[in-house]
Amino acid sequence: MSEANQQPEMMSGGAMLIRALHDQGVKYVYGYPGGAVLHIYDAIHQQDKVEHILVRHEQAATHMADAYARATGKAGVVLVTSGPGATNAVTGIATAYMDSIPMVIITGQVMSHLIGDDAFQETDMMGISRPIVKHNMSVKNPADIPMMVKKAFYIAESGRPGPVVIDVPKDMTMPNGRFPYHYPTEVSLRSYNPVQKGHSGQIRKAANVLLSAKQPMIYSGGGIIMGDASNELRELAQLLGYPVTNTLMGLGGYPATDKQFVGMLGMHGTFEANNAMHHADVILALGARFDDRVTNNVKKFCPNATIIHVDIDPTSISKTIDSHIPIVGPVKPVIAELIEQIKASEQKPDAEALAAWWQQINEWRERKGGHYKTDNSGQIKPQQVVEAVWRLTKGDAYVTSDVGQHQMFAAQYYRFDKPYRWINSGGLGTMGFGLPAAMGVKLNFPEAEVVCVTGEGSIQMNIQELSTCKQYGLGVKILNLNNGYLGMVKQWQDMNYESRYSNSYMDSLPDFMKLAEAYGHIGITIRHIDELEAKLAEAFSYKDRLVFIDVIVDPTEHVYPMQVPMGKMNDMFLSKTERT
Amino acid sequence: MRHLLSVLMENEPGALARVVGLFAQRGYNIESLTVAPTEDKTLSRMTLVTKGEDKVIEQITKQLNKLIEVVKVIDLTEGAHVERELMLIKVKAPTPVREEIKRTADIFRGQIIDVTPTSYTIQLTGTSDKLDAFIEALSGMQILEVARTGVSGVSRGEKLLLV
Ligand SMILES: Cc1ncc(C[n+]2csc(CCOP(=O)(O)OP(=O)(O)O)c2C)c(N)n1
Ligand SMILES: [Mg+2]
Repeated sequence: MSEANQQPEMMSGGAMLIRALHDQGVKYVYGYPGGAVLHIYDAIHQQDKVEHILVRHEQAATHMADAYARATGKAGVVLVTSGPGATNAVTGIATAYMDSIPMVIITGQVMSHLIGDDAFQETDMMGISRPIVKHNMSVKNPADIPMMVKKAFYIAESGRPGPVVIDVPKDMTMPNGRFPYHYPTEVSLRSYNPVQKGHSGQIRKAANVLLSAKQPMIYSGGGIIMGDASNELRELAQLLGYPVTNTLMGLGGYPATDKQFVGMLGMHGTFEANNAMHHADVILALGARFDDRVTNNVKKFCPNATIIHVDIDPTSISKTIDSHIPIVGPVKPVIAELIEQIKASEQKPDAEALAAWWQQINEWRERKGGHYKTDNSGQIKPQQVVEAVWRLTKGDAYVTSDVGQHQMFAAQYYRFDKPYRWINSGGLGTMGFGLPAAMGVKLNFPEAEVVCVTGEGSIQMNIQELSTCKQYGLGVKILNLNNGYLGMVKQWQDMNYESRYSNSYMDSLPDFMKLAEAYGHIGITIRHIDELEAKLAEAFSYKDRLVFIDVIVDPTEHVYPMQVPMGKMNDMFLSKTERT
Repeated sequence: MRHLLSVLMENEPGALARVVGLFAQRGYNIESLTVAPTEDKTLSRMTLVTKGEDKVIEQITKQLNKLIEVVKVIDLTEGAHVERELMLIKVKAPTPVREEIKRTADIFRGQIIDVTPTSYTIQLTGTSDKLDAFIEALSGMQILEVARTGVSGVSRGEKLLLV
C-alpha cells in the first residue's frame, strides 16, 4: 500500500499468493494444475499480471524455472498440485539444490484437516523435500501467505542460493476467504543472517600469499556466476597475470577465449588445467567446492599448494580439502577487497617466476592432450559439431545441455566468454534437463539464440515438451548428438567392463525428424561431415522456429582427457591408447 | 571424541525433523538428543551428544548453523560446563534384596519414586557415567525397565547461550 491510511485490499489466500508473486516481480510461473491447487489456478485466471506456462510434465516446469534462475540470478517459480504433481517436481528441486540455484516451488496440499489421513493425492512434501531444499514451509494461516512468499524469495536468493518449497493446503486458498493484503518490503530472520563481506584480516593474508606465489592458479566455480562476480574475477586475474581454470559450473565466469584461461579442470578437464593445478604452489578457490569430480583422489590432491578458499557457505570450506586461508563471504565483495589489497601492497607478482610458470603451462597446452582427432571417413565427430555451432553462433548463444558425453563435449568445445550462458545440471547430473532449460531461457530472452545440446537418450526423458514449445512458440535449437548409445555409460563400460554393453544401446529410436514435425516443428538430419556446416546454417536460419537437428555422430568416440580413478589431479587418459 | 552440542532453534514444527534428518542424511552419529522449549516459548533448546573427529564435529556444527531455523549452536565440551541426565529405572525388589537395592540407591543419591510389594522405581540424576555405574551396581538384580532422558547441559559461570 502506498498510502498509509489506505485500507488494505481484502483478498482470498489464492489471490494473495498470485498477487504476492507479482509484487515480487515475477512474470512467469511454470506449472501444472490439479485438485489441490484449483483455487490458485482460478486466481491466476482472474488476473493478467503473472503468466502461467503450462508444461507437459512437472519436472519440466522445475527445469524451466531453474534455467531462468541460472540465466538471470533470480529465483524461478513453480506451481504444482499435491501428490504426483509434487513428486514429479522432486528431480527438478534436487537438481536446483545441488547447483545452488534459487527457486520457489509452490506445491498444493490436501486440506489441512486431512493431512496425515492418507487422503487422496496426499504426500508428505515437507518430508520428501526436506533433504533437497534450502528451506521449506507449510502455510498454516492464509493471512501469512504474503510474508511467506517474501521469506521464500529472500531465503532462496540470498546467501548460498537454493530452492524453497511452500506447501499450501487447499483450504488456505479458499476463494471466499478475505484477508487484508499487504506485501512486505523487507524481511528479517533472527536465525538466518547470510554474511555480507569477508574477514579483512584473512583477505590481507590471502593477498600476501597470492603475491608471493611462484606457480599460482585461480580455480573458480559456479559461485562466480551466481555471485555475479565475473567482472571482479577478470579484473583480479588480469591484475595478477595468473592462469584461470573454471569448473563445469563456472564456465563463462572467466572468458574462455582469453589467453589466461587454461580451460575446465577435473574429470574431463584440459591436460593443461589439471597439470597446472597439480603443480600449483598457491590455489585461489573462488566460489568452488572441491567436488569429487574436480579433485580426483583427495589424498593426492595438489600436494604443494597453499589453499585460499573463498565461499559464502562455511560448510563448503575444509569439507573435502583443508583450506589454509578460509574466507567466508560473498565472492563479489571479497574479490573487490582482494583487488584493493593487492593494489595497495608494495609487493608485486614475481615476474620471473610467473614467466617460467607460463612457459611451462604453454608447453602443456601445446601438447594438446586429449584433443579429438578427425579422420576422412566422413563420419561426424561430436566435438566438431559443437565447434561448428560455436562458430555459427559467434560464441554468443545460451547453451543448455543434458547429461552424458555430449554435455562434456559442449563444455569443452563451446567457448563461453560470458557468465549465465552455460546452463547444465552439474551436481545432480539430471538427464532430461536440457530441453526444458532451453525453453526457460528462450521464453525470457526471446531474441537470444538458445541451443540445447543433447543426446538421443537424454532428449527422450522430456521429449513431450516439444508440445509446450509449440504452444508458446519457443524457437529453441535442439542439437541432438545422436550416437545411438547412452554414450557416457558405454564409455565407462569400454574402460571398466571390457566393453560389455549392458543396457547402454538403445534400440528402436524414433525418427526424430518426423517426431519434430509431428509436434509442428522443423526436423533436420545431418549424417555426413560435408553437409554439417551448410545444414547447421540452414537450421539456424529459421529464426523463430524450433528446429530439431539430429546429427548422427561417431558412436565410438570417448570423452578425453579423463582422470584416472583414484589418481592425482593430473593422472589422465588422453585417448583410448595413451595415458599420462 | 565425545561432544555435547547445544542448539537454540525456533520452536516450530519441523525444526526437530530437520536436525534429525541432517544427522541421518550425512551419516553423523547421535548418542543422545533431548529437546524442549525454553523460558522464551518461541525458542527450543536441544542438546545433542555426538562422537567424531574434530573435522566431523566442525562440519556438524556448520551444518546445524546452516539450517534456517537454527539460531545458535555451541559446543559445550569446548569449555567448562555442567551436564546431567535423568534416569528412571524399575527393578524387581523381592524381600531378600529390598534393603540392598535401597542402600545402593542411597549411595548414588537416587530416590525411590514408586513402590510395589515386588518392585522399586528409582529416579537418578547425574552424568551419563554415573547412570551407567548405577546400572552396573544393580547388575545382580533383575532390572525391569530403564528410561533415560539423554544429556542436557549448560556452560559454567557467566557464559550463556542466547539469541
Ligand atoms: C535421470 C538420469 N538417469 C541416468 C543417468 C546416468 N547417465 C549418465 S550419462 C547417461 C547416458 C546419456 O546418454 P545420451 O543422452 O545419449 O548422451 P551421450 O552420453 O550418448 O552423449 C546416463 C544413462 C543420469 N545422469 N540421469
Ligand atoms: Mg547418446
